[in-house]
Amino acid sequence: MDKLVELLHSHLPKDTIKSIDCAFEEVTLKVATDQWLQIASILKNEPSLAFDVLIDICAVDYLHYGQSEWVTERSTFVGYSRATTQFKNECATDRFVVVYHLLSITHNRRLRVAIPLQLPHLQIDSVIDLWPAADWFEREAYDLFGVVFQGHPDLRRILTDYGFIGHPMRKDFPLCGEVEIRYDAKDERCVYDPVDIQLRTTVAKVIRQHDRGDTNE
Amino acid sequence: MSKLQSYTINFGPQHPAAHGVLRLVMEMEGELVKKIDPHIGLLHRATEKLVESKPYLHSVGYMDRLDYVSMMVNEHAYVLAIEKLLGVEAPIRAQYIRVMFDEITRILNHLLWLGAHSLDLGAMSLFLYCFREREDLIDCYEAVSGARMHATYYRPGGVARDLPHSMPHYKPSTWHTKAEVSKLNSNREGTLLDFIWDFTERFPGRVDEYESLLTDNRVWKQRTVGIGVVSPERAKALGFSGPMLRGSGVLWDLRKHQPYEVYPDLDFDIPLGTNGDCYDRYLVRVEEMRQSNRIIRQCVQWLKDNPGPVSIDDAKISPPSREQMKDDMESMIHHFKLYTEGFCLPKGEVYQAVEQPKGEFGIYLVSDGANKPYRMKIRASGFSHLAAMNEMCKGHMLPDVVAILSTMDIVFGEVDR
Repeated sequence: MDKLVELLHSHLPKDTIKSIDCAFEEVTLKVATDQWLQIASILKNEPSLAFDVLIDICAVDYLHYGQSEWVTERSTFVGYSRATTQFKNECATDRFVVVYHLLSITHNRRLRVAIPLQLPHLQIDSVIDLWPAADWFEREAYDLFGVVFQGHPDLRRILTDYGFIGHPMRKDFPLCGEVEIRYDAKDERCVYDPVDIQLRTTVAKVIRQHDRGDTNE
Repeated sequence: MSKLQSYTINFGPQHPAAHGVLRLVMEMEGELVKKIDPHIGLLHRATEKLVESKPYLHSVGYMDRLDYVSMMVNEHAYVLAIEKLLGVEAPIRAQYIRVMFDEITRILNHLLWLGAHSLDLGAMSLFLYCFREREDLIDCYEAVSGARMHATYYRPGGVARDLPHSMPHYKPSTWHTKAEVSKLNSNREGTLLDFIWDFTERFPGRVDEYESLLTDNRVWKQRTVGIGVVSPERAKALGFSGPMLRGSGVLWDLRKHQPYEVYPDLDFDIPLGTNGDCYDRYLVRVEEMRQSNRIIRQCVQWLKDNPGPVSIDDAKISPPSREQMKDDMESMIHHFKLYTEGFCLPKGEVYQAVEQPKGEFGIYLVSDGANKPYRMKIRASGFSHLAAMNEMCKGHMLPDVVAILSTMDIVFGEVDR
């Protein structure tokens, strides 16, 4: 793992690396969008790195990161809420991050590359020329998050329905969706209506210190 | 003579050879395929979105329903990812149980694949033989978890319960007389491990039977040799994994190269193909079944000799026993908290991959310290395999499309998620 960090430092241009984190025996490289294509080609073509397999591409929406529905620290004095509070739709850091998982079969190593996107343009260069496997993964990230991969030859929706509106994996897209479909016998066709169910929290999201209980022992 | 014209035909989404709900829009020139555009997502259930709204423990069952032919291996990736973030390890007995059931699942998956693949290519009888063996393994699933398919048996920190000491028996009915039933029950008198051992004794012979029907069969070879050839370089570039990658001759198996659980202690071989065609992938999968059988036998022997705990001794993660819960106030509270709020994971992100029967199945988990996943991405092997459909089918004839589709071992539960 340390070897990989060393190699990354020596082969990638200094100013392109935002950070390199090692946690849980995994290496995460953070870079900026405009240098991504250059870095990707080094990662793939440099023989001592040789990340020949693109395992996965996905996007992460950090809109509600770290927000909980229940306040637990003060609850002894004020009581628990009903967990009906809505999440705040504001984000202090970069909201969208595109995450690539790379694998080098030659060196038996994995690498995660995280690239924060600049709002309001959710754009990043496509890596389809380097790794053809990127084709559907990029389409999926576009479909579910609305990230546009420049240079992708056929950026269509892939998982959602024909004519779907919105990007369902975004945190501000409701879990129950926005429209429901039914067959209208009178019109003899399928019609879309706004959903008539309401979102309900069954188990509240709670953020607790992981080592609770251990500190008192 | 009229001029040949290219035309477009639609395949599926309700076609028996589509292995679920796949729609292919094919541009043909006569009998030759010019271009294929797979339309997926007809089974999209937004699993990744659903798990974000539930505590970790609630989502184990969703994993079964992803690739619904290799249920427990999916759970394995999920619980391993959670354990990695928590920084805990399951007891060694639980690890052996998980590995044993992973391999049982691998046989289950490959048997269904073999049956379906041969059925697609016109060999009807094999499907029934494969399901005969599957029945025994599914009974093991049922004995250990109560469910025949969607087991929800693995837990973060171990497994739900220890292996049962007895197998369920057949009962006499309108269809089975007493004599028939006692014959059916003859290998069910002992424990689950005895039953599995009995299965592993006869299974290699059954694989020989399948092979005698197919491996040297002229029609089988005509339908599979030289069909859907993928070179090793191309297989890597397209993101293949599992038998699809090994069929092309790339030596890569996560159980050997990035081992998890007790795989380093077990003795097994990795079969490799040379030509990267449908026939080689068939041979690889058949050999994998034999190797899985070897692994299961080693696990059964170890498990017979080594009793012990099957779940981690940490009340913050794994629930107390029923007796404790009814007797002890603290256990009661732990039980209540675990099954209402669940446990919180530390902040961080992990990627955990396992060697699923179809290839690399990975869980990318982002946690913000809450009792629910902040984001979970499921990396399904079938997704990248199916993406190569166009490339693999181009220039082949229409009937080969079915052969190539089923050689990929596609299950739509994981492709569409």
